[in-house]
Amino acid sequence: MAVIEVQGLVKDFGRFRALDGLDLTVRAGEVHGFLGPNGAGKSTTIRILLGLLRATGGEVRLLGGDPWRDATTLHRRLTYVPGDVNLWPQLSGGEVIDLLGRLRGDVDTARRDELLQRFELDPRKKGRAYSKGNRQKVALVAALSSRAELLILDEPTSGLDPLMEEVFQECIREVRDEGRTVLLSSHILAEVEELCDRVSIIRAGRTVESGTLSDLRRASRTMVLAETVQPPADVGSLRGVRVLDLVGDRVRLEVDNEHLSTVISFLAGRGIRSLESHPPTLEELFLAQYGDQPGERPAEQPGDRPGDRHLDSLRAPAADRPVDTSGGSRR
Amino acid sequence: MTRFTGTMTLVRLALRRDRVVLPVWLLSLTGLIYSSVAAVQGLYDTAASQATYQATIGGSAASIALSGPPVALGTIGGITVFEVSQVAIIGIALMAIFLTVRHTRADEEAGRTELVRAGVLGRQADLLAAGILACAASLLVGASVVVSFLSVDLAAADSLVFGGAVASVGLVFTGVALVAAQVVEHGRQAVGLALTALGVAFVLRAVGDVADNGLRWASPLGWAQGVHAFAGPRWWPLGLCLTFAVALIATAGWLTTRRDFGGGLVAARPGPPAASPRLGSAWGLALRLQRGMLLGWTVGMTLLGVMFGSVAAEVDDMVAGNSAMQDVFARSGVDIVDAYAATVLLILALVTTGFTLGSVLRLRAEETTHRVEPLLSTPTSRTRWAAGWLLVSASGTLAVLTAAGLGAGVTSAVVLSDPGRIEDMVGGALVYLPAVLLVGGLAFALFGGVPALLSGVWLLLAGFFVAGWLGELLSLPAWLVDLSPYSHAPQVPLEPLSWAPLLTMTGVAALCVAAGFVSLRQRDLATG
Repeated sequence: MAVIEVQGLVKDFGRFRALDGLDLTVRAGEVHGFLGPNGAGKSTTIRILLGLLRATGGEVRLLGGDPWRDATTLHRRLTYVPGDVNLWPQLSGGEVIDLLGRLRGDVDTARRDELLQRFELDPRKKGRAYSKGNRQKVALVAALSSRAELLILDEPTSGLDPLMEEVFQECIREVRDEGRTVLLSSHILAEVEELCDRVSIIRAGRTVESGTLSDLRRASRTMVLAETVQPPADVGSLRGVRVLDLVGDRVRLEVDNEHLSTVISFLAGRGIRSLESHPPTLEELFLAQYGDQPGERPAEQPGDRPGDRHLDSLRAPAADRPVDTSGGSRR
Repeated sequence: MTRFTGTMTLVRLALRRDRVVLPVWLLSLTGLIYSSVAAVQGLYDTAASQATYQATIGGSAASIALSGPPVALGTIGGITVFEVSQVAIIGIALMAIFLTVRHTRADEEAGRTELVRAGVLGRQADLLAAGILACAASLLVGASVVVSFLSVDLAAADSLVFGGAVASVGLVFTGVALVAAQVVEHGRQAVGLALTALGVAFVLRAVGDVADNGLRWASPLGWAQGVHAFAGPRWWPLGLCLTFAVALIATAGWLTTRRDFGGGLVAARPGPPAASPRLGSAWGLALRLQRGMLLGWTVGMTLLGVMFGSVAAEVDDMVAGNSAMQDVFARSGVDIVDAYAATVLLILALVTTGFTLGSVLRLRAEETTHRVEPLLSTPTSRTRWAAGWLLVSASGTLAVLTAAGLGAGVTSAVVLSDPGRIEDMVGGALVYLPAVLLVGGLAFALFGGVPALLSGVWLLLAGFFVAGWLGELLSLPAWLVDLSPYSHAPQVPLEPLSWAPLLTMTGVAALCVAAGFVSLRQRDLATG
């Protein structure tokens, strides 16, 4: 059963179209990664799911209800961590956590104290005295101490240090093991690869990719580096192959996964001295969706729509390019 | 000096950010001043009318408390100064305070200053830039006073000294606001602190002027109004103002070196690790968030009431020694003390509306800072959230209004030896409750329906103030004055209490609130 079912979601702000036919399906019990460049519409989608914004068009079902009309009843069953946590300056962190718990009608003091300890958070500080990471922890402790069946997390770990990132991942695994559902919007691709069963990648208000990570990889291209006894001069004539670099007996190419075995057989016929191949990382999939050229900034002109859902258009970045591990600075 | 590097760049940034706010302040103050000046010339153009003015208004404690020392009221210049003073002086002080805090503590609190200060920028450049902006705006208003006076052919030297007095009030309160911005952590608190200082200065000046004693020299407003324009002007009080303003600005600069960036002078104390049982509902949160503001307003308004009440006896004395005034009141059959009380109550009600609007407008701040998002992602509905908040706004308004009436009532009961005054003043203050709630309800309707226009309610309140206080002077048409809900409240104790307008206003207020709820449920919350 789908916990979140979004089809053809459209949201206009005046004349600006923020969401343009977005699809998103989150099944019960899964951790679903929600990826997209800045301004792609992730937070807008989440705010529509929370009933803070009203959809202009399309179908949205959340926990079997209408997130706008049934907001109050649905909110008993979910919890939310915003990407940019703003706390009341007068209230201490502990007070905010308790307040949100009481408003949800779901207070578990033992769990709250355990989480405070795990996240090493001092609940006595007041709003302004917290750093960004610590404000984020206040919201995380508030959300994770509830037993809600759905967690909606909008870039929940921005500002957390690697140790706390580890604690967060542990907590999410526990949530998953309890059979609860998580929608996780994130820019930290390692986190998504680590935690998510399925991902949806959106761009300019549309879903460009959705599926399990292995689905996405299978439908993509593999990078192959080979050195052969006889120069593989005519390998480029095979179907689904793009040669990136061919010098003498060494070749670097990318190939559609469905043609991978043909290429390997061809290379074997030339006598393989060495062979390296690797499937695209999520990072590469992600960049391939955003950049029209490998590693290029995505074009952000108005009217630029990917529109093209065929994976043939994917191009992995060149292997000799240093891979950007932050996943953020390239954009 | 390197600590001021980049100041002019910041001034340009401030001008760009304020390209609407600043012209609105300047134009509305200038417009109000000019139209008052022009209106006075037509009303008191004969020696006889000027003499009557001196005999009546010059003997009115309420007028002196509000407008300043009765100097040269037998001349057209003196009358003009007296009529313009209150609006010009309070207006310019408010402008200086709001502009200054907006560009200092409010920016620092929002994190914008951090962004700017990481660039090539002196440590005190932002302080100086805000100071330059507010001082320049004050000088412009001062200049517009001079131009307005000269345009109706008033004496140049006296016009100049009065313009200087008005401008110097702006400079002093720029300094006050700069200091306040260093002392506390939040922009709203800084505004509150500076407004408190303005209130204290106003009360000292008013009591000093009514009792005609040296207390007025304890207030910078007393200095500014001590220039005695059109009565052989004195220039030296301006020197007091300027010195004080420079000292305040220097103090603010020194304070920046005594505190951490983002912090106040007093380090924030840690709070409780867990919430008290009361903090468990939207209403509990609203009360917790507003209690500081409510307490400040209650204390401040009690003091303002006490100030007005404590001079109630002087009203009688003034009339006793003034036969022209006695005639006026004998003819109209109005009790002089009652007339004074009615004026005081109107002023108290108008000022209390400041609390009500401030409270309702904070709903919008909760929304735009996204603090409300985690709250609304719990089963708390928008309606419940806003209703909890409005409950505090409304009961807070009741408390503030009662406190103001009680302050005025108790002190006038003491000075007049008439215990019945307590009931009169408290009851009289509460008569304005429907009008105040109506303005608050209007603000809530805007918040629900057209939040972009929300800050316009401050202009509306300023308009009601002008209609209530200057309506006669400016000969505003009756229908315009009648637009103000305050004109519809019976002027107790001058007029008998009539329930019909009160019930009507309560009904309209309720309709506004209902409309606000309906449209709040329909609209998108702020994004970005």
